[in-house]
Amino acid sequence: MELTFYLAAAVAIIATILVVTQYNLIHALLYLVVSFMAIAVVFFTLGAPFMAALEIIIYAGAIVVLIIFVIMMLNLTHEDVQHEKEWLKPSVWIGPAVLSLILLAELAYIFMASETSAVATQPVEAKAVGMALFGPYILGVELSGMLLMAGIVGAYHLGRQKKKIVHRFLERTEA
Amino acid sequence: MEASAPNYFLIVGGVLFVMMNVAAGLIWVERRMLALWQDRYGPNRAGPFGLFIVLADTLKLLFKEDWIPPFADKVVFVLAPAIVMVTVLLSFVIIPFAPGIVVADLNIGILFFLAMSSMGAYSIILGGWASNNKYALLGAMRGAAQMISYEVFMGLALMGVVLLSGSFNIREIVEAQRGMWFVVPQVIGFVIFFIAGVAETHRLPFDIPEAESELIAGFHSEYSGMKFGIFFVGEYLGITLISCMVVALYFGGWLGPAFLPPVVWFALKTFVFISIFILLRASLPRPRYDQLMEFGWKILLPLTLVNLLVTAAIVLLQNGN
Repeated sequence: MELTFYLAAAVAIIATILVVTQYNLIHALLYLVVSFMAIAVVFFTLGAPFMAALEIIIYAGAIVVLIIFVIMMLNLTHEDVQHEKEWLKPSVWIGPAVLSLILLAELAYIFMASETSAVATQPVEAKAVGMALFGPYILGVELSGMLLMAGIVGAYHLGRQKKKIVHRFLERTEA
Repeated sequence: MEASAPNYFLIVGGVLFVMMNVAAGLIWVERRMLALWQDRYGPNRAGPFGLFIVLADTLKLLFKEDWIPPFADKVVFVLAPAIVMVTVLLSFVIIPFAPGIVVADLNIGILFFLAMSSMGAYSIILGGWASNNKYALLGAMRGAAQMISYEVFMGLALMGVVLLSGSFNIREIVEAQRGMWFVVPQVIGFVIFFIAGVAETHRLPFDIPEAESELIAGFHSEYSGMKFGIFFVGEYLGITLISCMVVALYFGGWLGPAFLPPVVWFALKTFVFISIFILLRASLPRPRYDQLMEFGWKILLPLTLVNLLVTAAIVLLQNGN
Protein backbone atom coordinates (compact mmCIF):
# COMPACT_ATOMS: atom_id res chain seq x y z
CA MET A 1 0.00 0.00 0.00
CA GLU A 2 2.89 2.37 0.79
CA LEU A 3 4.29 2.03 -2.72
CA THR A 4 0.90 2.84 -4.30
CA PHE A 5 0.67 5.88 -2.07
CA TYR A 6 4.07 7.23 -3.10
CA LEU A 7 3.42 6.48 -6.78
CA ALA A 8 0.07 8.25 -6.70
CA ALA A 9 1.57 11.16 -4.79
CA ALA A 10 4.37 11.47 -7.36
CA VAL A 11 1.83 11.43 -10.20
CA ALA A 12 -0.21 14.10 -8.43
CA ILE A 13 2.80 16.37 -8.00
CA ILE A 14 4.04 15.96 -11.58
CA ALA A 15 0.55 16.45 -13.02
CA THR A 16 -0.01 19.56 -10.92
CA ILE A 17 3.30 21.06 -12.02
CA LEU A 18 2.32 20.38 -15.62
CA VAL A 19 -1.04 22.13 -15.01
CA VAL A 20 0.88 25.32 -14.25
CA THR A 21 3.45 25.04 -17.01
CA GLN A 22 1.22 24.07 -19.96
CA TYR A 23 0.55 26.82 -22.48
CA ASN A 24 -2.58 25.23 -23.92
CA LEU A 25 -5.45 25.69 -21.48
CA ILE A 26 -7.29 22.48 -22.36
CA HIS A 27 -4.10 20.45 -21.95
CA ALA A 28 -3.54 22.10 -18.58
CA LEU A 29 -7.07 21.12 -17.53
CA LEU A 30 -6.46 17.55 -18.65
CA TYR A 31 -3.46 17.41 -16.34
CA LEU A 32 -5.67 18.86 -13.62
CA VAL A 33 -8.02 15.90 -14.10
CA VAL A 34 -5.07 13.52 -13.83
CA SER A 35 -4.02 15.32 -10.66
CA PHE A 36 -7.50 14.90 -9.14
CA MET A 37 -7.50 11.22 -10.04
CA ALA A 38 -4.09 10.77 -8.41
CA ILE A 39 -5.36 12.50 -5.28
CA ALA A 40 -8.36 10.17 -5.31
CA VAL A 41 -5.97 7.21 -5.33
CA VAL A 42 -4.10 8.80 -2.42
CA PHE A 43 -7.36 9.05 -0.49
CA PHE A 44 -8.09 5.44 -1.33
CA THR A 45 -4.75 4.20 -0.05
CA LEU A 46 -5.18 6.27 3.13
CA GLY A 47 -8.43 4.44 3.88
CA ALA A 48 -11.00 6.99 2.74
CA PRO A 49 -12.75 5.31 -0.24
CA PHE A 50 -15.82 7.54 0.09
CA MET A 51 -13.70 10.69 -0.25
CA ALA A 52 -11.89 9.12 -3.20
CA ALA A 53 -15.17 8.52 -5.05
CA LEU A 54 -16.46 12.01 -4.28
CA GLU A 55 -13.17 13.55 -5.41
CA ILE A 56 -13.64 12.00 -8.84
CA ILE A 57 -17.41 12.51 -9.12
CA ILE A 58 -17.40 16.14 -8.03
CA TYR A 59 -13.99 17.60 -8.88
CA ALA A 60 -12.82 15.59 -11.87
CA GLY A 61 -16.29 14.77 -13.17
CA ALA A 62 -18.27 17.95 -12.70
CA ILE A 63 -16.20 21.01 -11.85
CA VAL A 64 -13.44 20.55 -14.41
CA VAL A 65 -16.05 19.68 -17.05
CA LEU A 66 -17.70 23.03 -16.35
CA ILE A 67 -14.36 24.86 -16.63
CA ILE A 68 -13.63 23.11 -19.93
CA PHE A 69 -17.13 24.05 -21.05
CA VAL A 70 -16.34 27.73 -20.53
CA ILE A 71 -12.92 27.49 -22.17
CA MET A 72 -14.38 25.76 -25.24
CA MET A 73 -16.59 28.80 -25.72
CA LEU A 74 -13.55 31.11 -25.71
CA ASN A 75 -12.35 29.68 -29.05
CA LEU A 76 -8.63 29.66 -28.28
CA THR A 77 -6.27 29.64 -31.24
CA HIS A 78 -2.57 29.10 -31.73
CA GLU A 79 -2.09 32.86 -31.39
CA ASP A 80 -3.41 32.69 -27.84
CA VAL A 81 -0.99 29.90 -27.02
CA GLN A 82 1.78 32.11 -28.45
CA HIS A 83 0.61 35.03 -26.28
CA GLU A 84 0.66 32.77 -23.27
CA LYS A 85 4.25 31.81 -24.09
CA GLU A 86 5.26 35.47 -24.31
CA TRP A 87 3.63 36.31 -21.00
CA LEU A 88 5.13 33.40 -19.13
CA LYS A 89 8.79 34.39 -19.35
CA PRO A 90 11.23 32.50 -17.11
CA SER A 91 11.62 35.59 -14.94
CA VAL A 92 7.93 35.36 -14.00
CA TRP A 93 8.62 32.08 -12.24
CA ILE A 94 11.22 33.46 -9.81
CA GLY A 95 8.84 35.07 -7.31
CA PRO A 96 6.42 32.15 -6.84
CA ALA A 97 9.28 29.64 -6.90
CA VAL A 98 11.18 31.37 -4.07
CA LEU A 99 8.03 31.77 -1.97
CA SER A 100 6.97 28.15 -2.38
CA LEU A 101 10.52 26.99 -1.66
CA ILE A 102 10.29 28.75 1.71
CA LEU A 103 7.03 26.91 2.39
CA LEU A 104 8.58 23.62 1.29
CA ALA A 105 11.53 24.13 3.63
CA GLU A 106 9.14 24.88 6.50
CA LEU A 107 7.11 21.78 5.69
CA ALA A 108 10.24 19.64 5.63
CA TYR A 109 11.31 21.13 8.98
CA ILE A 110 7.90 20.34 10.54
CA PHE A 111 8.05 16.77 9.27
CA MET A 112 11.56 16.35 10.66
CA ALA A 113 10.76 17.90 14.03
CA SER A 114 7.47 16.15 14.80
CA GLU A 115 6.97 12.44 15.01
CA THR A 116 4.46 11.54 12.35
CA SER A 117 2.98 8.08 12.38
CA ALA A 118 3.13 5.85 9.34
CA VAL A 119 0.23 5.77 6.88
CA ALA A 120 -2.90 5.33 8.95
CA THR A 121 -4.99 2.40 7.79
CA GLN A 122 -8.25 2.90 9.58
CA PRO A 123 -10.81 2.85 6.75
CA VAL A 124 -13.45 5.56 7.02
CA GLU A 125 -16.69 4.26 5.55
CA ALA A 126 -19.42 6.36 3.98
CA LYS A 127 -21.58 5.99 7.09
CA ALA A 128 -18.87 7.49 9.32
CA VAL A 129 -18.52 10.46 6.97
CA GLY A 130 -22.29 11.00 7.05
CA MET A 131 -22.42 10.76 10.84
CA ALA A 132 -19.63 13.32 11.13
CA LEU A 133 -21.20 15.69 8.60
CA PHE A 134 -24.63 15.68 10.18
CA GLY A 135 -23.32 15.47 13.76
CA PRO A 136 -20.53 17.82 14.85
CA TYR A 137 -20.19 19.57 11.48
CA ILE A 138 -23.89 20.26 10.83
CA LEU A 139 -23.28 24.01 10.89
CA GLY A 140 -20.82 23.75 8.02
CA VAL A 141 -23.26 21.69 5.97
CA GLU A 142 -26.04 24.22 6.52
CA LEU A 143 -23.81 27.19 5.71
CA SER A 144 -22.60 25.61 2.47
CA GLY A 145 -26.24 24.84 1.65
CA MET A 146 -27.09 28.53 2.02
CA LEU A 147 -24.10 29.51 -0.11
CA LEU A 148 -25.21 27.15 -2.88
CA MET A 149 -28.77 28.47 -2.67
CA ALA A 150 -27.49 32.03 -3.06
CA GLY A 151 -25.46 30.88 -6.06
CA ILE A 152 -28.48 29.24 -7.67
CA VAL A 153 -30.68 32.29 -7.15
CA GLY A 154 -27.96 34.53 -8.56
CA ALA A 155 -27.47 32.32 -11.61
CA TYR A 156 -31.23 32.28 -12.22
CA HIS A 157 -31.36 36.06 -12.01
CA LEU A 158 -28.46 36.47 -14.45
CA GLY A 159 -29.82 33.91 -16.87
CA ARG A 160 -33.43 35.07 -16.87
CA GLN A 161 -34.63 36.27 -20.23
CA LYS A 162 -37.67 38.23 -21.14
CA LYS A 163 -40.07 36.23 -23.23
CA LYS A 164 -39.87 37.45 -26.80
CA ILE A 165 -42.55 36.73 -29.35
CA VAL A 166 -41.07 36.76 -32.81
CA HIS A 167 -43.66 37.61 -35.41
CA ARG A 168 -43.78 40.30 -38.03
CA PHE A 169 -46.81 42.07 -36.58
CA LEU A 170 -46.92 40.88 -33.01
CA GLU A 171 -43.29 41.61 -32.11
CA ARG A 172 -43.11 42.91 -28.57
CA THR A 173 -41.34 41.94 -25.40
CA GLU A 174 -43.29 40.72 -22.41
CA ALA A 175 -42.19 41.61 -18.93
CA MET B 1 -15.58 -14.53 -1.36
CA GLU B 2 -11.84 -14.44 -1.93
CA ALA B 3 -11.10 -16.01 -5.28
CA SER B 4 -7.77 -17.73 -5.97
CA ALA B 5 -5.44 -16.06 -8.46
CA PRO B 6 -6.13 -18.20 -11.59
CA ASN B 7 -9.84 -18.10 -10.86
CA TYR B 8 -9.61 -14.33 -10.57
CA PHE B 9 -7.92 -13.93 -13.93
CA LEU B 10 -10.54 -16.24 -15.40
CA ILE B 11 -13.29 -13.92 -14.14
CA VAL B 12 -11.53 -10.78 -15.38
CA GLY B 13 -10.84 -12.32 -18.79
CA GLY B 14 -14.32 -13.81 -18.97
CA VAL B 15 -16.08 -10.53 -18.20
CA LEU B 16 -13.91 -8.68 -20.73
CA PHE B 17 -14.44 -11.32 -23.42
CA VAL B 18 -18.20 -11.57 -22.92
CA MET B 19 -18.70 -7.80 -22.80
CA MET B 20 -16.70 -7.11 -25.96
CA ASN B 21 -18.61 -9.82 -27.81
CA VAL B 22 -21.96 -8.66 -26.50
CA ALA B 23 -21.17 -5.12 -27.62
CA ALA B 24 -20.23 -6.33 -31.09
CA GLY B 25 -23.19 -8.68 -31.29
CA LEU B 26 -25.53 -5.85 -30.37
CA ILE B 27 -24.77 -4.23 -33.72
CA TRP B 28 -26.50 -7.16 -35.39
CA VAL B 29 -29.24 -7.42 -32.75
CA GLU B 30 -30.10 -3.76 -33.08
CA ARG B 31 -30.31 -3.81 -36.87
CA ARG B 32 -32.37 -6.98 -36.93
CA MET B 33 -34.80 -5.82 -34.26
CA LEU B 34 -35.19 -2.34 -35.70
CA ALA B 35 -35.93 -3.96 -39.03
CA LEU B 36 -38.53 -6.30 -37.54
CA TRP B 37 -40.30 -3.43 -35.80
CA GLN B 38 -40.30 -1.45 -39.04
CA ASP B 39 -41.62 -4.31 -41.21
CA ARG B 40 -38.34 -5.04 -42.94
CA TYR B 41 -35.91 -7.97 -42.90
CA GLY B 42 -32.74 -6.14 -41.94
CA PRO B 43 -29.32 -7.70 -42.59
CA ASN B 44 -30.03 -11.30 -43.65
CA ARG B 45 -27.47 -12.19 -46.35
CA ALA B 46 -24.07 -12.90 -44.75
CA GLY B 47 -24.06 -16.09 -42.69
CA PRO B 48 -26.93 -17.53 -40.65
CA PHE B 49 -29.56 -14.82 -40.00
CA GLY B 50 -27.08 -12.27 -41.32
CA LEU B 51 -24.90 -12.70 -38.24
CA PHE B 52 -21.66 -12.17 -40.18
CA ILE B 53 -22.57 -8.52 -40.69
CA VAL B 54 -20.71 -7.94 -37.42
CA LEU B 55 -17.54 -9.40 -38.94
CA ALA B 56 -18.02 -7.50 -42.17
CA ASP B 57 -18.55 -4.25 -40.27
CA THR B 58 -15.48 -4.76 -38.11
CA LEU B 59 -13.30 -5.61 -41.10
CA LYS B 60 -14.56 -2.58 -42.96
CA LEU B 61 -13.80 -0.30 -40.03
CA LEU B 62 -10.33 -1.80 -39.55
CA PHE B 63 -9.35 -1.30 -43.17
CA LYS B 64 -10.71 2.21 -43.55
CA GLU B 65 -8.22 5.02 -43.71
CA ASP B 66 -7.50 6.19 -40.18
CA TRP B 67 -7.58 9.91 -40.88
CA ILE B 68 -6.51 12.48 -38.33
CA PRO B 69 -7.40 15.94 -39.62
CA PRO B 70 -4.35 18.24 -39.88
CA PHE B 71 -6.23 20.98 -38.00
CA ALA B 72 -7.02 18.69 -35.04
CA ASP B 73 -5.24 18.56 -31.69
CA LYS B 74 -3.66 15.20 -32.43
CA VAL B 75 -2.90 13.85 -28.96
CA VAL B 76 -6.30 14.71 -27.54
CA PHE B 77 -7.99 13.52 -30.73
CA VAL B 78 -6.48 10.06 -30.30
CA LEU B 79 -7.04 10.05 -26.54
CA ALA B 80 -10.78 10.79 -26.66
CA PRO B 81 -12.08 7.42 -27.99
CA ALA B 82 -9.81 5.57 -25.56
CA ILE B 83 -11.41 7.36 -22.61
CA VAL B 84 -14.93 6.12 -23.37
CA MET B 85 -13.65 2.56 -23.71
CA VAL B 86 -11.63 2.63 -20.50
CA THR B 87 -14.34 4.23 -18.36
CA VAL B 88 -17.13 1.95 -19.55
CA LEU B 89 -15.05 -1.21 -19.23
CA LEU B 90 -13.88 -0.15 -15.77
CA SER B 91 -17.51 0.27 -14.71
CA PHE B 92 -18.16 -3.42 -15.40
CA VAL B 93 -15.66 -4.19 -12.64
CA ILE B 94 -18.26 -3.67 -9.89
CA ILE B 95 -21.18 -5.55 -11.45
CA PRO B 96 -21.96 -8.87 -9.74
CA PHE B 97 -23.15 -11.22 -12.49
CA ALA B 98 -23.73 -14.07 -10.05
CA PRO B 99 -22.54 -14.97 -6.54
CA GLY B 100 -18.74 -15.03 -6.82
CA ILE B 101 -18.61 -13.74 -10.40
CA VAL B 102 -17.57 -10.16 -9.78
CA VAL B 103 -14.21 -8.60 -10.50
CA ALA B 104 -14.04 -6.22 -7.52
CA ASP B 105 -16.47 -6.42 -4.63
CA LEU B 106 -16.07 -2.73 -3.81
CA ASN B 107 -17.73 -1.19 -0.77
CA ILE B 108 -18.38 1.97 -2.76
CA GLY B 109 -19.62 0.15 -5.88
CA ILE B 110 -22.36 2.60 -6.82
CA LEU B 111 -20.11 5.60 -6.29
CA PHE B 112 -17.46 3.98 -8.46
CA PHE B 113 -20.04 3.53 -11.21
CA LEU B 114 -21.09 7.18 -10.93
CA ALA B 115 -17.45 8.32 -10.96
CA MET B 116 -16.71 6.33 -14.10
CA SER B 117 -19.80 7.57 -15.89
CA SER B 118 -18.87 11.16 -15.07
CA MET B 119 -15.36 10.58 -16.41
CA GLY B 120 -16.94 9.18 -19.57
CA ALA B 121 -18.23 12.66 -20.38
CA TYR B 122 -14.64 13.65 -21.21
CA SER B 123 -14.55 11.45 -24.28
CA ILE B 124 -17.37 13.45 -25.86
CA ILE B 125 -16.04 16.83 -24.76
CA LEU B 126 -12.45 16.19 -25.77
CA GLY B 127 -13.38 14.41 -28.98
CA GLY B 128 -15.55 17.32 -30.03
CA TRP B 129 -13.06 19.97 -28.99
CA ALA B 130 -9.99 18.28 -30.49
CA SER B 131 -11.73 17.88 -33.86
CA ASN B 132 -11.58 21.65 -34.24
CA ASN B 133 -14.82 21.61 -36.19
CA LYS B 134 -17.79 23.75 -35.26
CA TYR B 135 -20.35 20.97 -35.58
CA ALA B 136 -18.20 18.70 -33.44
CA LEU B 137 -17.79 21.49 -30.88
CA LEU B 138 -21.55 22.09 -30.76
CA GLY B 139 -22.06 18.37 -30.23
CA ALA B 140 -19.45 18.36 -27.48
CA MET B 141 -21.12 21.28 -25.70
CA ARG B 142 -24.51 19.64 -25.84
CA GLY B 143 -22.99 16.39 -24.66
CA ALA B 144 -21.25 18.04 -21.73
CA ALA B 145 -24.36 19.87 -20.54
CA GLN B 146 -26.58 16.83 -21.04
CA MET B 147 -24.28 14.40 -19.27
CA ILE B 148 -23.57 16.66 -16.30
CA SER B 149 -27.28 17.37 -15.77
CA TYR B 150 -28.46 13.80 -16.11
CA GLU B 151 -25.70 12.53 -13.83
CA VAL B 152 -27.31 14.55 -11.04
CA PHE B 153 -30.67 12.80 -11.45
CA MET B 154 -28.99 9.45 -11.92
CA GLY B 155 -27.09 9.77 -8.64
CA LEU B 156 -30.10 11.06 -6.73
CA ALA B 157 -32.35 8.31 -8.11
CA LEU B 158 -29.83 5.68 -7.00
CA MET B 159 -29.85 7.04 -3.46
CA GLY B 160 -33.33 5.56 -2.96
CA VAL B 161 -31.90 2.08 -3.47
CA VAL B 162 -28.99 2.88 -1.18
CA LEU B 163 -31.43 4.02 1.52
CA LEU B 164 -33.47 0.83 1.29
CA SER B 165 -30.49 -1.52 1.35
CA GLY B 166 -28.23 0.56 3.57
CA SER B 167 -25.17 -0.08 1.40
CA PHE B 168 -23.22 1.19 -1.60
CA ASN B 169 -22.07 -2.36 -2.30
CA ILE B 170 -23.95 -3.79 -5.27
CA ARG B 171 -23.67 -7.40 -4.08
CA GLU B 172 -25.33 -6.43 -0.81
CA ILE B 173 -27.99 -4.48 -2.70
CA VAL B 174 -28.82 -7.59 -4.73
CA GLU B 175 -28.92 -9.70 -1.56
CA ALA B 176 -31.27 -7.16 0.04
CA GLN B 177 -33.78 -7.81 -2.77
CA ARG B 178 -34.50 -11.41 -1.75
CA GLY B 179 -37.92 -10.53 -0.39
CA MET B 180 -38.94 -7.98 -2.99
CA TRP B 181 -37.29 -6.43 -6.03
CA PHE B 182 -36.52 -2.77 -5.46
CA VAL B 183 -38.49 -1.83 -8.55
CA VAL B 184 -41.68 -2.13 -6.47
CA PRO B 185 -40.90 0.43 -3.74
CA GLN B 186 -38.63 2.47 -6.03
CA VAL B 187 -40.68 2.61 -9.21
CA ILE B 188 -40.11 6.37 -9.64
CA GLY B 189 -36.41 5.92 -8.94
CA PHE B 190 -36.24 3.14 -11.53
CA VAL B 191 -37.96 5.20 -14.24
CA ILE B 192 -35.71 8.21 -13.57
CA PHE B 193 -32.58 6.07 -13.48
CA PHE B 194 -33.51 4.49 -16.79
CA ILE B 195 -34.21 7.85 -18.45
CA ALA B 196 -30.97 9.24 -17.07
CA GLY B 197 -29.22 6.11 -18.32
CA VAL B 198 -30.51 6.69 -21.83
CA ALA B 199 -29.27 10.27 -21.63
CA GLU B 200 -25.88 9.20 -20.23
CA THR B 201 -25.28 6.76 -23.06
CA HIS B 202 -26.61 9.44 -25.44
CA ARG B 203 -28.82 6.93 -27.17
CA LEU B 204 -31.88 7.82 -29.15
CA PRO B 205 -34.15 9.61 -28.32
CA PHE B 206 -31.49 11.56 -26.37
CA ASP B 207 -28.71 11.34 -28.94
CA ILE B 208 -28.59 15.11 -29.13
CA PRO B 209 -24.76 15.39 -29.04
CA GLU B 210 -24.67 13.58 -32.38
CA ALA B 211 -28.05 14.56 -33.82
CA GLU B 212 -27.29 13.79 -37.44
CA SER B 213 -30.02 15.97 -38.92
CA GLU B 214 -28.59 19.08 -37.24
CA LEU B 215 -24.91 18.42 -36.52
CA ILE B 216 -23.73 15.98 -39.26
CA ALA B 217 -22.53 13.46 -36.65
CA GLY B 218 -21.92 15.74 -33.69
CA PHE B 219 -18.82 15.17 -31.64
CA HIS B 220 -17.50 12.37 -33.83
CA SER B 221 -17.93 14.08 -37.20
CA GLU B 222 -14.19 14.01 -37.87
CA TYR B 223 -13.58 10.46 -36.70
CA SER B 224 -13.14 7.59 -39.10
CA GLY B 225 -11.96 4.01 -39.15
CA MET B 226 -11.46 2.22 -35.88
CA LYS B 227 -11.50 5.42 -33.80
CA PHE B 228 -15.12 5.90 -34.84
CA GLY B 229 -15.58 2.19 -34.26
CA ILE B 230 -14.47 2.60 -30.65
CA PHE B 231 -17.05 5.34 -30.04
CA PHE B 232 -19.59 3.02 -31.63
CA VAL B 233 -18.67 -0.01 -29.52
CA GLY B 234 -18.42 2.24 -26.46
CA GLU B 235 -22.04 3.23 -26.99
CA TYR B 236 -23.16 -0.42 -27.10
CA LEU B 237 -21.04 -1.18 -24.04
CA GLY B 238 -22.78 1.74 -22.34
CA ILE B 239 -26.19 0.27 -23.15
CA THR B 240 -25.10 -3.08 -21.71
CA LEU B 241 -23.71 -1.38 -18.63
CA ILE B 242 -26.88 0.60 -17.90
CA SER B 243 -28.98 -2.55 -18.48
CA CYS B 244 -26.77 -4.51 -16.07
CA MET B 245 -27.04 -1.74 -13.47
CA VAL B 246 -30.84 -1.59 -13.81
CA VAL B 247 -31.04 -5.35 -13.36
CA ALA B 248 -28.69 -5.41 -10.37
CA LEU B 249 -30.23 -2.43 -8.60
CA TYR B 250 -33.94 -2.74 -9.33
CA PHE B 251 -34.69 -6.21 -10.70
CA GLY B 252 -32.98 -8.51 -8.24
CA GLY B 253 -29.75 -9.13 -10.18
CA TRP B 254 -29.05 -12.84 -10.38
CA LEU B 255 -32.01 -13.76 -8.11
CA GLY B 256 -34.67 -15.91 -9.72
CA PRO B 257 -36.38 -19.33 -9.54
CA ALA B 258 -33.82 -22.08 -9.13
CA PHE B 259 -34.43 -23.98 -12.39
CA LEU B 260 -31.94 -21.70 -14.16
CA PRO B 261 -28.44 -20.83 -12.89
CA PRO B 262 -27.99 -17.27 -11.54
CA VAL B 263 -25.84 -16.08 -14.44
CA VAL B 264 -28.54 -17.03 -16.90
CA TRP B 265 -31.14 -15.07 -14.96
CA PHE B 266 -28.84 -12.04 -14.98
CA ALA B 267 -28.21 -12.36 -18.72
CA LEU B 268 -31.91 -12.82 -19.52
CA LYS B 269 -32.98 -9.79 -17.51
CA THR B 270 -30.19 -7.71 -19.01
CA PHE B 271 -31.24 -8.69 -22.50
CA VAL B 272 -34.79 -7.52 -21.82
CA PHE B 273 -33.50 -4.05 -20.96
CA ILE B 274 -31.18 -3.95 -23.95
CA SER B 275 -34.23 -4.70 -26.10
CA ILE B 276 -36.11 -1.85 -24.45
CA PHE B 277 -33.21 0.47 -25.35
CA ILE B 278 -33.53 -0.61 -28.97
CA LEU B 279 -37.32 -0.35 -28.91
CA LEU B 280 -36.97 3.23 -27.63
CA ARG B 281 -34.82 4.01 -30.63
CA ALA B 282 -37.41 2.50 -32.96
CA SER B 283 -40.36 4.34 -31.50
CA LEU B 284 -39.51 7.76 -30.08
CA PRO B 285 -38.58 10.97 -31.89
CA ARG B 286 -35.73 13.14 -30.69
CA PRO B 287 -36.68 16.09 -28.46
CA ARG B 288 -35.26 19.55 -29.02
CA TYR B 289 -32.16 20.36 -27.00
CA ASP B 290 -33.81 22.92 -24.69
CA GLN B 291 -36.75 20.56 -24.18
CA LEU B 292 -34.33 17.90 -23.00
CA MET B 293 -32.73 20.23 -20.45
CA GLU B 294 -36.07 21.60 -19.26
CA PHE B 295 -37.45 18.08 -18.87
CA GLY B 296 -34.46 17.21 -16.76
CA TRP B 297 -34.31 20.18 -14.44
CA LYS B 298 -38.02 20.99 -14.18
CA ILE B 299 -39.56 17.52 -14.02
CA LEU B 300 -36.96 14.90 -13.18
CA LEU B 301 -35.12 16.85 -10.47
CA PRO B 302 -38.20 17.65 -8.32
CA LEU B 303 -39.45 14.08 -8.82
CA THR B 304 -36.16 12.55 -7.66
CA LEU B 305 -36.03 14.85 -4.65
CA VAL B 306 -39.60 13.94 -3.64
CA ASN B 307 -38.82 10.26 -4.19
CA LEU B 308 -35.73 10.54 -2.01
CA LEU B 309 -37.59 12.42 0.73
CA VAL B 310 -40.52 9.97 0.85
CA THR B 311 -38.21 6.94 0.80
CA ALA B 312 -36.09 8.37 3.58
CA ALA B 313 -39.19 9.15 5.68
CA ILE B 314 -40.56 5.61 5.23
CA VAL B 315 -37.21 4.00 6.07
CA LEU B 316 -36.94 6.22 9.15
CA LEU B 317 -40.47 5.27 10.29
CA GLN B 318 -39.79 1.56 9.81
CA ASN B 319 -36.53 1.75 11.73
CA GLY B 320 -38.26 3.69 14.49
CA ASN B 321 -40.87 1.00 15.04
